[in-house]
Amino acid sequence: MQTIPESTQIDPMAPVPCKVTAQWDVTEDTFGLRLAAPAGYSFQPGQFNMLYQFGVGEVAISISGDPAYPESLVHTIRGVGAVTKSLRNLRAGDVVGMRGPFGNSWPVEQAVGHDVVLVAGGIGLAPLRPALLHVLNNRNDYGRVVLLYGTRTPRDILFQQELQEWRGRFDMDVLVAVDAAGRDWHGSVGVVTKLIGRAPFDPHNAVAMVCGPEIMMRFTGRELVTRGIQPSMVYLSMERNMKCAVGFCGHCQFGSAFVCKNGPVFTYDDIGDLLDIREV
Amino acid sequence: MTTAPVILDRAAIDAMIGVIEGRGHRVVGPVVRSGAVVLGDLSSTADLPVGISDEQTPGRYRLTARDDEALFGYVVGPSSAKPFLHATGVPVWQGERTADGSFATRKPEAPTPVAFIGIRPCDLAAIGIQDKVFLNGYRDGVYGDRREGVFSVVVNCVEPGGTCFCTSMGTGPRASKGYDIAVTEVIDDEEHWFLAEPGSDAGQEVLAQLGAAPASDDERVRVENLLVDAADRMGRGLDTEGLPEAIKASMESPRWDEIAKRCMACANCTLVCPTCFCATVEDETDLAGLEAQRVRRWDSCFNEEFSYIHGGSLRPSTYARYRQWLTHKLSTWVDQFGEMGCVGCGRCITWCPVGIDITVEAAALAAAAKEATHV
Amino acid sequence: MSETPIDLRSHPFVIDLSESAQERLSECAVGTVHWEPGTKIFREGGVSENCYLIMCGIVAVEAHSPGRDAKVLQTLGQGDVLGWSWLFPPYRWTFDAHVRAETEAVQLDGVKLREYMDTDRELGYEVLFQFSRLVVRRLNATRLQLLDLYADHS
Repeated sequence: MQTIPESTQIDPMAPVPCKVTAQWDVTEDTFGLRLAAPAGYSFQPGQFNMLYQFGVGEVAISISGDPAYPESLVHTIRGVGAVTKSLRNLRAGDVVGMRGPFGNSWPVEQAVGHDVVLVAGGIGLAPLRPALLHVLNNRNDYGRVVLLYGTRTPRDILFQQELQEWRGRFDMDVLVAVDAAGRDWHGSVGVVTKLIGRAPFDPHNAVAMVCGPEIMMRFTGRELVTRGIQPSMVYLSMERNMKCAVGFCGHCQFGSAFVCKNGPVFTYDDIGDLLDIREV
Repeated sequence: MTTAPVILDRAAIDAMIGVIEGRGHRVVGPVVRSGAVVLGDLSSTADLPVGISDEQTPGRYRLTARDDEALFGYVVGPSSAKPFLHATGVPVWQGERTADGSFATRKPEAPTPVAFIGIRPCDLAAIGIQDKVFLNGYRDGVYGDRREGVFSVVVNCVEPGGTCFCTSMGTGPRASKGYDIAVTEVIDDEEHWFLAEPGSDAGQEVLAQLGAAPASDDERVRVENLLVDAADRMGRGLDTEGLPEAIKASMESPRWDEIAKRCMACANCTLVCPTCFCATVEDETDLAGLEAQRVRRWDSCFNEEFSYIHGGSLRPSTYARYRQWLTHKLSTWVDQFGEMGCVGCGRCITWCPVGIDITVEAAALAAAAKEATHV
Repeated sequence: MSETPIDLRSHPFVIDLSESAQERLSECAVGTVHWEPGTKIFREGGVSENCYLIMCGIVAVEAHSPGRDAKVLQTLGQGDVLGWSWLFPPYRWTFDAHVRAETEAVQLDGVKLREYMDTDRELGYEVLFQFSRLVVRRLNATRLQLLDLYADHS
């Protein structure tokens, strides 16, 4: 038959072997994994890779490294499934399969000239880290920069040392809240949404980037819009079952979107209504 | 390329099968297996379901005997081109550990290109739909390797099946594009012949080797009338006007719950559907852990684990899974690929064990949505 | 307590009130309080007579149980209101309030405000409406906390 559509000839399904250059514990259930990226590799903040453990399986992991140094490919992984637990056993010098980067990115270009509000819940801080690093690398391009971070307990706080540094900067605000804490915690206790009301930014000139469990993003989206940010300026990163990462397998469909290739980042304007539909 | 139709008889069809095989194809066509017409290997017209017809109603499929020797006197059975192009249970890639502790992957060998004899217009259209899924942008190796050498002899439908609605979907009963040769069978008490039109250079080359006579005007008119008549006799329809929007507006409709009372979430509809493309992968390894491969298998949005993310399935309810399927077919597919993911072949209706009819459900949803906007 | 004039109007709780209600609230303002970290503002069971509009700082609302560390239920900060037990019988605090970071708040005389609300039902409605909104927000936040969003739910 004649008319077969054009397509690229690279095989997007075959993992490329990458050397592990470091593995470290971040929290009790979360670890960091740094890979030597293949030559020519680059990524945008918010994109993800598929990491493949030989013979065990593959899993979608957001990139949490600095986009200015793509050769040092950092992932922050919660070891909760068979593949991620197996990835935790990797050590420097081991080899892991990688394909990517996939997906769209945080709107770091569109946010130029605006206040930037990052709202992270739990492991959701990991995919936001490249966006924050990009903004800080290009600090003069942006207005106020605010990071609101909610997590379970003080022990679950990711990137502790870096958070201290960010908190110490005079050109950004960092507010952290935990759901549960003892007396030894001197910060806020409560849900991350309650930080939104007191965060210093101009809602009429702000771009928000949100990542966390879906229910957290639903409430955060509402709260940000209540505070006055345009729904089209609120960006959420969705999680769905991703197997192929290129729109072949159908698992990650969310309304009309394949989260893997049309997302994972969507505006609240586009998906706010879908978020309210059960089991969509 | 000349597109002048020629007239073939059964012997010429046999000759055609030989010529196509000689061009390096694995020839596949309709055969009877386990009481159904499916696509299988074909060496001559003797392998075809000669003198066989089928009865199809929601939830029911039976083969019946015809009182003639028609070669293509039935419509589609449960299998389409999908198992041959979007193959299931095949490796996406294979790999082995290397001495330095790394690994290497290799691409599986491409199989012999298939030639479809007697594929129907709806199924041909379905290939075009899957092309957009697998070959637009990224190229899917499994599909691309099988798709690129395909030769197809489409057989236009002069007798619509019991659950067909291809006229509504614009895919039949006559193929309009995408074939190498299009054949229409004409049979009655006096005569039995086939009008064959080339649709590509390859099709023209094959027909040229058969030494067939050009079709007369009378013969062309007769075929034309048969196909118009077939379209008129189509017993089922789907009004697609405004349907994608109406279904999007029906996400909270109580109709889904009603359907879920009957739907068994068995996934039959997605398996027989010629456009459904959802698949999963399984990573396999040998006992020593030295060889590994990733095998792709068809999956279905009706399976609970289909939407699994860490913590659980996102669509634990049957209503949500049926809604995902129907919404994808008739609404979101349009957003994704510019057309509906339905060709009107009627398989999902026939092969549903409880006879759920997509045309009935879509019409009911659309009617309710329309009513809601007019209140 | 300072002698400087107290401006309540910048506090989010007060902003939405009518001019007259803002005036009555100002009349109830006793003064601005500064607390150092570690200060116990009130204890569960104690008589509740005051309400605090937090201008800055962090105050933890805590529950204690014998033999266990105090559990921080939530922290309050800038723009929050601390204490509503003075509004409902038996006028006793339900939890402990403990200063975590240097805090500044405006103290309102709850008994006086309660009397105003009793005699002036319009004021009563307005203030009670604001408190209800606050309670609903606090309740919803608590519900989200209960969901344990970031736990490993496998």
